[in-house]
Amino acid sequence: MEEFALIMRHEDGAKVASPEQIQQWMKQTMDWIGGIAAQNKFTNGTGLSFEDAKVVKHGNMITNGPFGDIKETIGGLIIVKADSTEEAIEFAKGCPVLQGEGNSVEVRKIAKKNA
Amino acid sequence: MEHPEIIPHLFRTEFSKITSVLCKLFGLAHIETAEDIASETFLAALETWPYKGIPENPVAWLYTVAKNKTKNKFARDQIFIERIAPQIKQAAGSDIVEIEIDLSEKNISDSLLQMLFVVCHPAISIEAQIALSLKILCGFSVEEIANAFLSNKEAINKRLYRAKETLRKENINFVNVNTGVFSDPEMNKQLETVLTTLYLLYNEGYYSESNDSILREDLCREAMRLTFLLIENNSTDLPNVNALYSLMCFHASRFAARKNESGEIILYDEQDVTLWDQELISKGAYFLMQASTGNEISKYHLEANIAYWHTVKKDSKEKWENILQLYNLLLQTEYSPIAALNRTYALSKLSGKSKAIQEAEKLQLKNSPYYFVLLGELYADIDDKKSIDHFQTAYSLAKNKAEKNLLKGKIKG
Repeated sequence: MEEFALIMRHEDGAKVASPEQIQQWMKQTMDWIGGIAAQNKFTNGTGLSFEDAKVVKHGNMITNGPFGDIKETIGGLIIVKADSTEEAIEFAKGCPVLQGEGNSVEVRKIAKKNA
Repeated sequence: MEHPEIIPHLFRTEFSKITSVLCKLFGLAHIETAEDIASETFLAALETWPYKGIPENPVAWLYTVAKNKTKNKFARDQIFIERIAPQIKQAAGSDIVEIEIDLSEKNISDSLLQMLFVVCHPAISIEAQIALSLKILCGFSVEEIANAFLSNKEAINKRLYRAKETLRKENINFVNVNTGVFSDPEMNKQLETVLTTLYLLYNEGYYSESNDSILREDLCREAMRLTFLLIENNSTDLPNVNALYSLMCFHASRFAARKNESGEIILYDEQDVTLWDQELISKGAYFLMQASTGNEISKYHLEANIAYWHTVKKDSKEKWENILQLYNLLLQTEYSPIAALNRTYALSKLSGKSKAIQEAEKLQLKNSPYYFVLLGELYADIDDKKSIDHFQTAYSLAKNKAEKNLLKGKIKG
């Protein structure tokens, strides 16, 4: 069994969503995570706030937000257990952020101590 | 992971509360700042709750976050430091260091009510009043408002922007809504404007041509929620407000019965009575009783009474006599073509079609499809050719698909 990070990239919700939509996303996210947890494959996860986001660059240059030219940036990640990359991809496919055009979920294997 | 259910529409409801309380504190010029803080609060929930679980008291959690976000802005945001803070300090009459955000039940309820009077201010157009109500008090997105109005996002954005500009320019303020204040004629007139907006908001949902039935029912539900807000507050728990709420309940009781699965209108006579919502009918009756005090009979009283008689399915002389008299009164209070047509329909039920045809032809509402629908109905079985001619004229005047489909059936006979 391996561990994978599913990294969600999407737009800043404050710019696009109504309270009702945010509530719907929340329910969908909980159902998505609940479905993975029900298979005992969920390890951990967190959202990442867009508010007050900063990037520290080479030469200690600090900018507001990691966003640059692209609108989609990391909004959160969860760590799941899976037997294969394919299984982790199947989990990723259910992620509600994929409903948004331009959004994506990156699937990355977690490096092990004694790989 | 077990999650307690979140109340449906919780964020939408809380949006209006948080926005209203903050806006009252910041001043109307900073309405967008208040909206932003409310939105950011829900995003914080989205970023936390799915992973850490829903807090035991979700509403209290939201309020704490909203308060903290405001305090952070108060300490760091330039607009706050330069423009909003001095205003708050001045209003408080002291050089406060710590900002106080009052999210008590009383202040929430007062702020919502005051905000309702702001967004329904006669200085802005009625369309803008409805759009602003939907945005601020119902937490609708610009896109949802555009769908409801069969318009586009740009147009709605412009409408909202202009409305907010007008509020700023005209220096509109939160009014005092303490008990007894509405005996003042000027305040009573403002309450009338609010009721008109809520009435139109409801009608927008009830008669909307939008195919989205969930959205339409949402508009009606929101109009009812805002009207109920007035009833819950002592100072606005007045007879005409109760009458309006009663009217809304009676109409809402027929929601499930008045359209078929493909969204076509089912006429009153052909509706399945078992689909009428009895609970809403009793609720309507209760609030109609609550409305029956004082000396004034508003148009809402009359319309609620008419709606009440329509919940009695069985035809009787008494029923149609009452409806006819109510329409007679309603037309004297405020003429409308639809009321004139409905009055004539009631007359046909009482005095027969020939008599009603004479009265109908005096109305001369030649631009209204409903005028020709009525004539078509009245001429049926008397002069079938004329009847079909009228339905055909109605068809050519009808504005939406649901009506056209209905008339197609009539023309075929």
